[in-house]
Amino acid sequence: MSTATLTPAATTARLIRDTDALFARKRVVALAVPALILAYFAYIFIAFDIAGLRDRASLDNAMTLVNDSYSYKTHVARDNRSGEVSISIEGERKGAYPDGMSPDWVTLGDDTVITLPKGHEVLFLADGSVRYDIPGYGLVTATPGRSGVNAVLPDGDVPNWINASKNRLAIKTEAGRLTITRNRTEVFRYTMGWELFFFTLDSPYHGLGPVALAQRAANGEAGAIWSDFWNNRMWQHHQVAWAIFETILMAFLGTFGAAIVALPLALLAARNFAPFVWVRMVTRRVFDFFRGVDALIWTIVLARAFGPGPLTGALAILITDTGSFGKMFSETLENVDGKQIEGIRSTGAKPLQTYRFGVLPQITPIFLSQVLYYLESNTRSATIIGAITGGGIGLLLTQAMITQKDWEEVAYYITLIILMVMLMDWFSGWLRKRLIGGQDAH
Amino acid sequence: MSNIEQNNQTYMDMVRRKRLYGGIMLAVFVALMLAGFRTADARNAGSFIDGWHRFFDFPAEVLGEAAGKLAEFPAHFAQYAPSLLETINIAAASTLLGALGAVILSLLATRGMARWPRLIPVFRRALDIMRAMPEIVIALVLIFILGGGPVPAMIAIAFHTVGALGKLFSEVNENASLKPVEGLSSVGASWAQRMVLGVIPQVAPNYLSYALLRFEINIRASAILGFVGAGGIGYELKNAMTWGKGQYDEAAAIFLMLFVTIVVVDQLSSALRDRLTHGKKSNMIGAQA
Repeated sequence: MSTATLTPAATTARLIRDTDALFARKRVVALAVPALILAYFAYIFIAFDIAGLRDRASLDNAMTLVNDSYSYKTHVARDNRSGEVSISIEGERKGAYPDGMSPDWVTLGDDTVITLPKGHEVLFLADGSVRYDIPGYGLVTATPGRSGVNAVLPDGDVPNWINASKNRLAIKTEAGRLTITRNRTEVFRYTMGWELFFFTLDSPYHGLGPVALAQRAANGEAGAIWSDFWNNRMWQHHQVAWAIFETILMAFLGTFGAAIVALPLALLAARNFAPFVWVRMVTRRVFDFFRGVDALIWTIVLARAFGPGPLTGALAILITDTGSFGKMFSETLENVDGKQIEGIRSTGAKPLQTYRFGVLPQITPIFLSQVLYYLESNTRSATIIGAITGGGIGLLLTQAMITQKDWEEVAYYITLIILMVMLMDWFSGWLRKRLIGGQDAH
Repeated sequence: MSNIEQNNQTYMDMVRRKRLYGGIMLAVFVALMLAGFRTADARNAGSFIDGWHRFFDFPAEVLGEAAGKLAEFPAHFAQYAPSLLETINIAAASTLLGALGAVILSLLATRGMARWPRLIPVFRRALDIMRAMPEIVIALVLIFILGGGPVPAMIAIAFHTVGALGKLFSEVNENASLKPVEGLSSVGASWAQRMVLGVIPQVAPNYLSYALLRFEINIRASAILGFVGAGGIGYELKNAMTWGKGQYDEAAAIFLMLFVTIVVVDQLSSALRDRLTHGKKSNMIGAQA
């Protein structure tokens, strides 16, 4: 207003001054914001001791994890006292080859011949000695017995991939690994892929191709094939499927249960519906309390009452989200359009009919879209809560992690979890489009 | 006349069919909920019927013990303040890192702004996968490699945050005007200059508002990750819980600290977000006047 009384020159001068000030301020902000962020990261660098991370980090663990997640090792072991040779995958009992059966790179007999990739060959001789022919290095022999492993290496310096002492010989090459102690000789051969994913070795269907399997299935063996796959002891597809189902169940029950509980409560918390001010205030504080006591704490409290399992997880999600939904629903209710309600009322509708035809059609699409959005995010929460409270895929994941060797299973579970969350994301989006799109058309 | 009757008839038929469908859907939904609760109940260690009256036992026990040892609370607060700070720091650092990553990835995944338009689907899928990854998955793997502490939690939460914010940011980007970008490119600005000078100023308030909302969520996430061994107040809570009876006053103090932190951050962030949207409006009015 005051500019109108000034001369044009003065106005221009003032504009220039204002603009200069604005630019100066912007310049300061443009510098200060990145500087502040940098300063904060510098503080975090010190507070989290990131410099000391290199000492704490274990590269060996990382290597094991990465290698194990896409490859597996087969153990060929000989008991040096009885001379008995056993072959098993990952050294596990459930992955053991039945007597007399061996992979095609192991020849059983008086002498056991183990062919490793790249021309390496290990021989378990009938007299109890072991020969390992390493291309480009030479022949290593050992005769484990009471007096030690008695290793004979080629002349010259011992390379760092061979670890030889009186009672132990360990050779680690690109083709595999040989470990000899007085009592046991063991060869590891690494293979790409997830071992025994479909059938374990004791199943007659192990090693058959998809075509052969389809033929057998057509001949009436489909049930047996399915049962061998479903009850695979190594991968336990049956349990994994249940775990995934449990996780989705937790998310489903928690989300929709919370929506059902929150709906009537939200009416009490909305300004235009609540009968008394104090009812509104109390309900709102209850919502804040449910939300503020995080799912973590609800999980702990509930696990004390109901023990671990999917019900505990579902109720933890239900209680936390009752708070979230209550808050969101009541805000939505406060924003309803009064004109529609008025219009319905003017036709002589009773209060209940007013709600049904005046309020419900307005809020349903918004509520549904909020609830469905939460369904996807709660699938993720259910995985995390499952890890704490012991249910669903989260539990399987933590269990596989704790053993610190079943990394291929960890990789499998992680893949399944990501697929599950993406599927739920897609499903909730599809449902939202179907339900709300339909609503808009009417 | 007959025409109107016919219309009425069809309309009533449609209404009836719609009601029938609605009724069937409702029945299916109720059946699913009931069956679901029964299944969950059957697979739980303890059933709902046996357990519900014990629901308040644990809180009552904790509160009872805490009430007897109120005098020790200030000492507990002081003892656990550094852990709480660590939890907040994990959330803040991961939100910052995640938001920075999300800004870049979302710009690369938005039509009209992308540096390499052909790679838009690749960046979108990358964001989807990052968003689908629950924090705990990465945290557990990183704890195995890096050892316990705040760094695995920070990386895990930041990773998920990139995906979650990236999607929201790219929606914001799509509504931004491309004219400043065209103007800048006509004077020869590089891609980074176009984005920083042409896009960011338009979308910064929305970015900030979403990032604040994410900060609220990440505080909770960082408390939970502490519980599985990633440092902060969650780790202390787990320890306090394992000491069991007679030591619950510490658990109660941690519960209280966590609760107050979550509520305060929620309130602060919602006030700030409110000011961001309203502040923008008043600025626009000021600019026009």
